[in-house]
Amino acid sequence: MLEKMGAMRNAYGEALVELGANNQKVVVLGADTTDSMKSGMFGQKYPERFFNLGIAEQNLVGVAAGLAFGGKVAFAGTYAIFVPGKCVDQIRNMLCYADLDVKLVCSHAGITVGPDGGSHEQVEDLALMRAVPHMRVVVPADAVAVKGIIKGIAEIPGPFYVRITRGVIKGSNTPIVYENGFEYKLGKANVVMDGGSDVALFACGIMVPEAMRAAESLGKKGVKASVIDVHTVKPIDQETVVKYAKLCGASVSAEEHNVIGGMGSAVAEVLTDQYPIPLKRVGVNDTFGESGEAQELLNKYGLTAAHIEEAAQQAIAMKRR
Amino acid sequence: MGMTTSQEIARLQELARNTRKIILETLAEAGSGHPGGSLSAVELLVTLYFYKLRHDPKNPKWADRDRFILSKGHGAPLLYSILAQAGYFPLSELKSLRKLGALLQGHPDMDIPGVEMPAGSEGIGLSVGVGQALAARLDGRPTRTYVLMGDGEQGEGEVWEAAMSASKFKLDNLVGMIDRNGIQQDGLTEQIMPLEPLAAKWRAFNWNVIEVDGYDYLQLIEAFDTAEMVKNRPTMIIAHTVKGKGISFMEWSPTYHGTPPTKEKMEDIYKELK
Ligand SMILES: Cc1ncc(C[n+]2csc(CCOP(=O)(O)OP(=O)(O)O)c2C)c(N)n1
Repeated sequence: MLEKMGAMRNAYGEALVELGANNQKVVVLGADTTDSMKSGMFGQKYPERFFNLGIAEQNLVGVAAGLAFGGKVAFAGTYAIFVPGKCVDQIRNMLCYADLDVKLVCSHAGITVGPDGGSHEQVEDLALMRAVPHMRVVVPADAVAVKGIIKGIAEIPGPFYVRITRGVIKGSNTPIVYENGFEYKLGKANVVMDGGSDVALFACGIMVPEAMRAAESLGKKGVKASVIDVHTVKPIDQETVVKYAKLCGASVSAEEHNVIGGMGSAVAEVLTDQYPIPLKRVGVNDTFGESGEAQELLNKYGLTAAHIEEAAQQAIAMKRR
Repeated sequence: MGMTTSQEIARLQELARNTRKIILETLAEAGSGHPGGSLSAVELLVTLYFYKLRHDPKNPKWADRDRFILSKGHGAPLLYSILAQAGYFPLSELKSLRKLGALLQGHPDMDIPGVEMPAGSEGIGLSVGVGQALAARLDGRPTRTYVLMGDGEQGEGEVWEAAMSASKFKLDNLVGMIDRNGIQQDGLTEQIMPLEPLAAKWRAFNWNVIEVDGYDYLQLIEAFDTAEMVKNRPTMIIAHTVKGKGISFMEWSPTYHGTPPTKEKMEDIYKELK
């Protein structure tokens, strides 16, 4: 389990190149980070459908909106600290208000950006994007999921925000969860470890492999956990959340994001509305990050399998007897 | 100033040499960070800090001090090495740059003595400089505010919003600086987002524009001095520079925008620094 590694950004570049071959409407936009983001791979192949706007994120999103009005399917993105942050207005009043076919794909989200430090560690993007009507918010768990999601959302009209990770292991890699492939279905969560009826572990992004490790460790102690990859944070798969709430009676959410407003909040909203059970939220506790290596920061900020396991024990202890 | 100009220049040259060495040693130790745009502006910032700026490292919050704002925050190794030499914190702090728990974060933050603005997201510094200059004027302080931007950074719309407001408010206590090294992250500025005619753009925004060779101390000194004489207009100093300046394999190389030298390369680097 989780032995293979892959780079999400490479998967993004490859997916764009494949899309470009099959769909002439696909255009790609970047903002002076296209080499690092690998969207430049599309630019090498299809230079006439590739636009580098320089260090100008608001213009990036505005121009993407114009291309979408002109009938194109626009993939635009840069590092997650700059988009959505610098251009929530363009996103809200163009992409979402007009339901435009713009897919924002942003990398270097979360604290695993590492040495660049707190100025570059985006822990609010899911909250920002989730709060805008019509926006769909997706967090791939690995490089395979990135490919499936990019190809999947190209076929679904309207705006998306996709959040990817720079890498947890040196060399931009993260563990592969989906060795057997990944097919994207909007609003359908993936149960990656099924059957555990003691606690439900809801995770997204790089916390999916951590949740799987936590489930494995819990299993050795006789605690049965199910792991659900809530890759689509919005629209969230209410049915699956409630199904596992009923099965388990206790739950944990785990995300590389502020505990305020992200995937854990989305799960909490479903549970309070439909089937209240204990939920322990693992995430960044409303603080900024700092410089350090990715793994050091995950340890320090409480985002590892061990932290998920501890939260699971607490949630189980809170079950009404 | 009590010193002949040639003595003054020799002093700045020595400081610049030392600054380059500290930047490169620091980045090699950190294993990540941005050498290119740190090396390009060494002489510019050394001249500002050690010839012009009115500041007091023993009293970093002195109200009447001049302000230096590093808008291109990835130039942090340059700023940190200068602040350390000026005495804001011990040089030894540079050894832990970018490490967990370090004082010196990958990009400047407000816990670091001498830092006037948190930075990292480009395009914001000139607006903050406008605000600082307005505050100084309101309080009748002699403070002058200096803002260093990248040339790639000129792509940000906010830079031009700040440009208009600075000339509207006739901020002659504000000096902008552009490190015109011709390279941004993805490649050459004139390919990624062409800027020329850059000086004419700033003139059209009603700024006093001075173009200098970023490695000519006489020109740098004169630019800072004349900016002080100009009334009712902000000044923009466009310094023509070379990304990675001083190290042959780093000069003009987009690769060394965001890749530090390896420790093995340091031997070659020491030879070139002599
Ligand atoms: C708003 C924003 N967008 C993107 C980046 C990522 N980035 C860091 S440095 C850089 C290139 C900077 O080029 P320039 O301003 O010319 O600086 P210099 O060449 O002097 O290093 C980019 C795109 C950033 N820091 N801020």
